[in-house]
Amino acid sequence: MAVEPIADSGPADSGPWRLALRRLRRNRVALGFLGLFVAIVVFVLAAPLWADHVAHTGPNATHTLEKVTVDGEKREVVNPEGKPIGPQWFGADGKFFLGADSRLGRDEMVRLMYGGRTSLIVGVVSALITTILATILGLLAGYYRGWIDPVISRSMDVLWAFPVFLLSIALGIALAVGGLEVLGVHISGGSLWIPILIIGVVMVPYMARPLRGEVLALREKDFVEAAVAQGAGSARIMFGEILPNLWSTVIVFFTLNVANNMLLEAGLSYLGVGVQPPNSSWGTMIATGNNLITSDPLLTIIPGTMILLTVLALNVFGDGLRDALDPKSKVRFEAHAGVAATGAAGTAGLEELGR
Amino acid sequence: MSEPLLSVDGLRVGFVTEGGRVQAVDGVSFELAPGEVLAIVGESGSGKSVTAQTLIGLTRSPNSRIEGSVRLRGEELIDAGDEELREVRGEQIGMVFQDPMTSFNPVYRIGVQIAEAIRAHRPQTRKAAGRERAIELLDSVGIPNAAQRVDDYPHEFSGGMRQRAMIAMALALEPDLLIADEPTTALDVTVQAQILALLARLNRERNLATILITHDLGVVAEVADRVLVMYAGRVVERGTLDEIFYDPQHPYTWGLLGSLTRMDRERPERLPQISGAPPSLRSLPEGCSFRPRCPHEFGRCSELPDLEARLADAPSHLDRCWLRPEEKRERRLVEGEIGLESPAR
Amino acid sequence: MGRFVARRLLGTILVLFAVSVLTFLIFNVVPNSDPAQRMAGKNATPQLIESINEEWGFNDSLPQQYVTMMKKIFSGEMISYEGREPVDDRIVEGIPATFSLCIGAAVIWMFFGILFGYLSAVKAGGWLDTTLTVVAVAGISMPVFWLAAILLNYLAYKTGIFPSQGYVELTENPLEWAYHLVLPWITLAVLYLGFYSRVLRSTMLDVMNEDYVRTARAKGLSERRVMGKHVMRNSLIPIITLFGLDFGALLGGAILIEAIFNLNGIGQYAEESLANFDLPPIMAITLFGAFFVVLFNSLVDIAYAYLDPRIRLGTSAQ
Repeated sequence: MAVEPIADSGPADSGPWRLALRRLRRNRVALGFLGLFVAIVVFVLAAPLWADHVAHTGPNATHTLEKVTVDGEKREVVNPEGKPIGPQWFGADGKFFLGADSRLGRDEMVRLMYGGRTSLIVGVVSALITTILATILGLLAGYYRGWIDPVISRSMDVLWAFPVFLLSIALGIALAVGGLEVLGVHISGGSLWIPILIIGVVMVPYMARPLRGEVLALREKDFVEAAVAQGAGSARIMFGEILPNLWSTVIVFFTLNVANNMLLEAGLSYLGVGVQPPNSSWGTMIATGNNLITSDPLLTIIPGTMILLTVLALNVFGDGLRDALDPKSKVRFEAHAGVAATGAAGTAGLEELGR
Repeated sequence: MSEPLLSVDGLRVGFVTEGGRVQAVDGVSFELAPGEVLAIVGESGSGKSVTAQTLIGLTRSPNSRIEGSVRLRGEELIDAGDEELREVRGEQIGMVFQDPMTSFNPVYRIGVQIAEAIRAHRPQTRKAAGRERAIELLDSVGIPNAAQRVDDYPHEFSGGMRQRAMIAMALALEPDLLIADEPTTALDVTVQAQILALLARLNRERNLATILITHDLGVVAEVADRVLVMYAGRVVERGTLDEIFYDPQHPYTWGLLGSLTRMDRERPERLPQISGAPPSLRSLPEGCSFRPRCPHEFGRCSELPDLEARLADAPSHLDRCWLRPEEKRERRLVEGEIGLESPAR
Repeated sequence: MGRFVARRLLGTILVLFAVSVLTFLIFNVVPNSDPAQRMAGKNATPQLIESINEEWGFNDSLPQQYVTMMKKIFSGEMISYEGREPVDDRIVEGIPATFSLCIGAAVIWMFFGILFGYLSAVKAGGWLDTTLTVVAVAGISMPVFWLAAILLNYLAYKTGIFPSQGYVELTENPLEWAYHLVLPWITLAVLYLGFYSRVLRSTMLDVMNEDYVRTARAKGLSERRVMGKHVMRNSLIPIITLFGLDFGALLGGAILIEAIFNLNGIGQYAEESLANFDLPPIMAITLFGAFFVVLFNSLVDIAYAYLDPRIRLGTSAQ
């Protein structure tokens, strides 16, 4: 449309957040997918309930030599050829609802729920790390002229140059063996913190760069000049003037980053260099299921579908969030699945004009 | 007038937006004779730009509702087909926009974009011929060194030169009507005068009818023959330049005139302005839409006045104000000069 | 323009240098175990460990170790400890497969990505737009190795429509070459396709609202010309630059896809080396990949400067 309709001059008390909330509420699709995400979270949170009261087993408990009663009949959990039992749904009162996962005879449904927790935790916490670091670095690099910007930007460039997946795998292997010693704290190789930290750090350049771009643009705005004229110091301007205007971008980036990191974790775990046993995630479950794909495809399909649904929900909601917060946003961080899945250094979708 | 070049009757343009329907233009009518300069004046949101853009169908979209009639030499444009409209644009009606920086495509050279305008209607034009013509055009609007500058990119031109180039491009096919939507708003004051002088010259030399959209009455005084004053989507006053400046009939016009800073007057203590703000088009007041800001409002104002000629000796001077002509003549003087006070609250 | 290129080249070299240092640190310094032990891998004997220490100079100072490592990589003498073969040769052998995979997938994803993006933008808000957007977002939301596994299961194992693995040289048999690459191409393309169609859609929508598009219409240009010469020309700029970056990154090897489809490319070599804890190839491959990333980064910067005259010429007049 060539002509902009008259801008929405709503009631006097609509601040930008309330306007955004209104726009978001009107976006049924985004809200629907938010609901999907919430449903998935509830699903994985219910893991202990299901494990204790329905399946009566834990995620790592093996039942190889056992039998389970299905409709009065006793069936082997793992048959002599090593094939695990298929989905029983409610035939065995909820035990082995989705069947057993492998010749280890573990309850797939229970593992799915607990694995989901791991996937979500790794995704969310690593995204928090990425977001916090990227915001700080973006602010510093974008605001200060002088030497800080080149130093930070070049460092980001170097990290960026590494094929991300390769770097993550390399770090994953390197740290899985001996663990990590940082600031006097020793983190063991099998801890969940290893993949969390690796993914969190590796993704920083992809978020820091677009954020830096936005800070650069914001820095030129009049209200910053006004603050300087009033004698405000750098820290105050960065955190008091620029950061508040950055929030909407940061929130959207965070949401999309969770999606991206979950995919990255899945890829790493699939290769065995992400989440380590005894922890399991949807990624490790796909790896396990892959061995039996011809006979029991569901063991691969289901955890993958869970990842797909979660990431999809986050992506759609993240988009809706972006449209609500800033319909004209030109700065983009596209959660690029290419990073996670192909072992290539995928790029963040940068649409900064005039970069 | 004998045969108007452009005849607009009851033009209404509404937009369907998130928050409801907005009537950006509500019943605008006027006629334009060949070679005449009509100025449309108003604040942002008055509907003046939407009116201008609707004339060549730029506001057509799934969200817009356009009614009324726009006739160019008798041919109706409102419901014209896309191909018909395309032929009118550029060839019969040229248009210049407010911001010349963003109105040119930054990745193509100026000469190329001008030649493109020509080729849109004369497809057989060869590249060299197009470029020659572009140079001629740039020269005719006063751009020095046209032969070199024709190969420059938009960002290599200064603001004023870019606007000249825009005008040259709009006139490439020698249309009879030029619509200039706030052509000087984005420019420095000194450059503004040059552009206005250019427009005046073009109008004289080529008998180029011009519709000039602006919020600046100072600009109007320079070039206009007739004036249309718009407020909140409606025309509130219409007349010749002299009528509007010397015998304004609508309080809004008084306010606009009063807020002009003039060299021939004492410097006021405070810059005069019209108090309040234009209404949101989503929730217009009942009756006269200027009422909330008008110190002269009275009971009858709750009824929307028609746009009528209320002066016996000036049948083409129309306004939308219920006050009687004598009252108007009296009340429009504030400390001896035409102006508008704040409404008493 | 020349100075611009020269500066970028210098920057490139510096970044590559930094990458090599970082790789060195990751593999030899950061983790808490004996580098020689790790390099010797599973078949470690005390003699082997001692000879590694000698050869690699782990008893030397850090900077000296770095220099030694760099020399080995560039002289082509790097031998992997698992396969006992020259690393550089294996990498060169893997290039045809990797490049075939990347180029083929790139053609597919760009073609469909641009097509879908264009259609979505032009019919924005309609059912086609919604459908294509859902497809696109779904495409970027799925784990690629999962998609590969499913495609393999249903299109290769179960039905035998496509071969399940292996790479055939283009020069040997073009038909078989393509046949073996179809599933990998699709798998790789699905991801990027979704991404590019969305980027193009959103860029086009932004551009269609620009003033110069309005001017183009006001000049009387046909809608086709407006879309082609003004909207697309400007919308494709970010797409092309993004493509350059993505493609450059991909050339270092698509690890998962190559491994799953057994294409014996560089990515698969990386995956094998990682699985075997074989460090020399990993170091070489990392540098190889980083080189392309940085190279294409620079190419993209140069292309961008060429495509956007504002960058190329600098904003001069005013």
